[in-house]
Amino acid sequence: MSAVKTRRDVLGTSSLRPDGNAKVKGDFAFTSDLHAENMLWGATLRSPHPHARIISIDTSAAWKIGGVECVITSEDVPGQLTYGLISSDQPVFARDVVRYMGEPVAAVAADHPETCRRALAAIKVEYEVLPVLSNAEDAIGDAFIPIHPDGNLIRQQRIVHGDTSVEGDVIVEGHYVIGMQDQAFLGTESAMALPDPDGQGVQVFVATQWLHEDQKQMAACLNLPAEKIRLVLGGVGGAFGAREDISLQVHTALLALRTSRPVKMQYGREESFFGHVHRHPATVWMRHHATKEGKIVKIEARFVFDGGAYASTSAAVLINGVTHTQGPYKCPAAVVDGYAVRTNNPPCGAMRGFGVVQACFAHEGQMDKLAAAVGTDPVSIRLLNAMETGDTLITGQPVESVAPVARLIRETNEIPLPAELPSDANELDLPGGSGITAERQHIKRGIGWGVSIKNIMYSEGFDDYSTAKCTLSDGKVTLKFATSEVGQGFVTLAPQIARSVLGVTDAVCDTIDTQIGSAGSTSASRQTWMSGGAVDGACRLVRERLFEHVGAKNNIDPIRFAIEDDEIVDTAGTFRMSVIEASQGLTISETFEHHHRKTEELDDNGQGNCHVAFAFVAHRAVVDVDPELGLVKVVQVATAQDVGQVLNPLSLLGQIEGGIAQGLGLAVMEEIIVQDGRVRNPSFTDYLLPTALDAPVVVARMIEEYEPQAPLGAKGVGEPPCISVTPAIVAAIRDAIGKDIPRCPVRPQDICL
Amino acid sequence: MSVLIPHSITDASEMLAQNPTATILNGGTDLMVEVNFNHRRPESVVLLRNIPELREWSSDSSKGTITIGAGLPYAHIEKGEIATLVPALAQAARTVGSPQIRAAGTIGGNLGTCSPAGDTLPVLSALEALVHLQSVDGSRTVPIAEFMVGPKRNSRQANEVITAVTLPITGQRQGYSKVGVRNAMVISVASACFAVVKGEPRFAMGSVGPTILRANEAESYLASHAADINNVTDEVAKEFGRIAASESRPIDDHRSTAAYRQHAIGVLATRLAQRGI
Repeated sequence: MSAVKTRRDVLGTSSLRPDGNAKVKGDFAFTSDLHAENMLWGATLRSPHPHARIISIDTSAAWKIGGVECVITSEDVPGQLTYGLISSDQPVFARDVVRYMGEPVAAVAADHPETCRRALAAIKVEYEVLPVLSNAEDAIGDAFIPIHPDGNLIRQQRIVHGDTSVEGDVIVEGHYVIGMQDQAFLGTESAMALPDPDGQGVQVFVATQWLHEDQKQMAACLNLPAEKIRLVLGGVGGAFGAREDISLQVHTALLALRTSRPVKMQYGREESFFGHVHRHPATVWMRHHATKEGKIVKIEARFVFDGGAYASTSAAVLINGVTHTQGPYKCPAAVVDGYAVRTNNPPCGAMRGFGVVQACFAHEGQMDKLAAAVGTDPVSIRLLNAMETGDTLITGQPVESVAPVARLIRETNEIPLPAELPSDANELDLPGGSGITAERQHIKRGIGWGVSIKNIMYSEGFDDYSTAKCTLSDGKVTLKFATSEVGQGFVTLAPQIARSVLGVTDAVCDTIDTQIGSAGSTSASRQTWMSGGAVDGACRLVRERLFEHVGAKNNIDPIRFAIEDDEIVDTAGTFRMSVIEASQGLTISETFEHHHRKTEELDDNGQGNCHVAFAFVAHRAVVDVDPELGLVKVVQVATAQDVGQVLNPLSLLGQIEGGIAQGLGLAVMEEIIVQDGRVRNPSFTDYLLPTALDAPVVVARMIEEYEPQAPLGAKGVGEPPCISVTPAIVAAIRDAIGKDIPRCPVRPQDICL
Repeated sequence: MSVLIPHSITDASEMLAQNPTATILNGGTDLMVEVNFNHRRPESVVLLRNIPELREWSSDSSKGTITIGAGLPYAHIEKGEIATLVPALAQAARTVGSPQIRAAGTIGGNLGTCSPAGDTLPVLSALEALVHLQSVDGSRTVPIAEFMVGPKRNSRQANEVITAVTLPITGQRQGYSKVGVRNAMVISVASACFAVVKGEPRFAMGSVGPTILRANEAESYLASHAADINNVTDEVAKEFGRIAASESRPIDDHRSTAAYRQHAIGVLATRLAQRGI
């Protein structure tokens, strides 16, 4: 009857970001752009030593500087002196000992950032320098005295699975090293705190990944009830895991409460390198046993994750690492030992890929070794072992998720290879780029593969639920949630969901704050699934009530109604009414909590259904290498990603391309260089991120196989793009030069010396 | 902090005479980084950006030279007429930072900072540039080799403005290469300029010593062993690279290792010796 209308901005369309134009034009207010009347600036004094005893702290000279309103140290923390995501082991301010370079010792509030700088310089801290525990292996066993009351071993986990007496016809072994990567978000840490007039509470605008977790930890340290700390999400310029831990939250709020004035803190780039956790550097040993055809029969492995000075999420990162030892391949038996340890290196925690990046770099290196050992190629060996739905992991957990591993490999393999380099190639297309270091004849091309499995959502029994409220009023929907928008696009997706479920056009997001239940963290590729599920659930509840209302008025059983485009239609009759008309004068509001299915902790043998669901991806990298100078240009990355259902193709492609750039960074340039606990390159001059000239052509296929467990059929897509692209690029470099390179990032000297 | 803004070189010289501790600012691509990192807190700054004379350039066909104002941004050097007259300088200018940095940064800044990683300095060294300085006491001209005296040290007096550099227009083969761990916008790990001047090979190396180094032995070797300087054999080019590398004096730091830098400079030498214009 009525022609099919193409509705804008529903699920499945490339709806544009509501904040996109503002961001491109520089109009978007990031947290660091906020300002309040009578505002003070806050700044942090940090330890210059990786390990030292604090003999004394003298703040008297700082207090005397004009414009300085407050100086605080550990003595001033009214509540719990420590905080932490899993174990509360990290001091708000160092008290007796500093355990890493850059650890906060004191903070000041003053009328101007320059006054703050002078005040910090005036604080006298006397240190007694202590020996530095910088080698992660030394943290296992008794080689070094405990550097923290909780000891040097943060967590150990063993996995023993299947018939471990099995030996392979073919055995391949490798030692792999993964460097310390930084999340390098562009908007550095920032918060602005506004104290309540009665001094009994505080409102804090903050760039974070998880408002409610910040609120909980702040409440404990500030000794205030959680509801007295009202958090509002400030504009966030990227996160990638680095905003999961507390950084300046407690400091800013405490300075505001002490001074009874608004206080803003904002880290500079150098300080940011010391102000958040990084990706764990790790060493991984793996030994794969296989049949002579190359079928894996057993994997032995040992992981050491350097957690740095404080626990952060190291315990969970470790579990992700060891439980992903096998990669996206069938494996009947395994013996794995994993350690997350404490050192005087910078604290490490969450970063996109969360432990799986390290495992994947090793297992993919192993797959290529296995292919070579049995005389086959990288594609065949992976197809031969490809995991399928219903397979059992080395934790004993069955893979219930859609697992189209073989299809991902085949589809990636079908993507045409890039053209050969022309004989007159422009220097910008060659390794070395604008430096004009090479000519065509110096270059060798290589191809490499990486395939990965990644758990999505939190694991080990954690109920990381999400909450959303949907309000329909006069045909307009307002959505309320505490889901951190860090750039991933949930503020685009949530209204798309409402438009699809409720047939409305006008759907907006309310302020993102703690005035509603938790949404969990924007991490673990979980918000589309969890907060998407919450928004979907809330919208469905509203739709039910709308149908009831319309049914009662028109004497139709509401069960017969459906939303078709922007109308309510009677599927068993002729009644139709637009949603706008049906909801005139009405306000319907419903809140929904989405919980994923329960998971379990692992037992002593690493057995248990610890993960919720899995997503898969395949990457093929083509690189050009200058073997003599050790320089690399990544030419093309082909990828097929298991996404469940595509909800926003443009947004998804953004995740794929961005993740690939980040994984490329770890493959060939991004590394925080730490020597004896000291960070040597805390700047974007020396911590190199890929530029447009380093970014490859990305050819992506989104593989849609509806995920029945997921509320919208869609899997999280944020982490997978950055995981297996790193080993794919390194494998391509190995292929080009015919040399084993066991580490990433690959440095020029690793190639040519 | 005071900021003085002269509009002529004469004004600038007088301001510097009156403020002998003043810091000179032009494009700000070095100084502002230092200020932002709190490595320097200048009390007094003389800004040279509004002096038109410093942004001029001219060539003298009778002498076969080009004189480039110290305040001319790299963006004007990396392409256009200057690039055809001194291609190696244009190649070096292109490697400096991002387009934004190249719109601000200048050769005067490279000379003033005098870092061993200064991108254009190997070109100035290989072409034996003359550096022009001016103060209230008059003007003087210093050969580049005498200007660069050590790591981040030069022979400019506190009251002098670097006004220009003069380079030969050789009409012969010259080229520049820079190794960094990223394909653009990167500080050099090793850089080099090869040029043929009056038929003689010149080779200067950056980031592999306390200041820019000339590979004198390698140059002599090539001069005596290359039958045709524009058609160097593989064997001779290799040996040239080996000798040049042996003349480098690099260090280990967080950007690279001494071993890699030495190796890389040898490769660059070999390749540049054989590279076309």
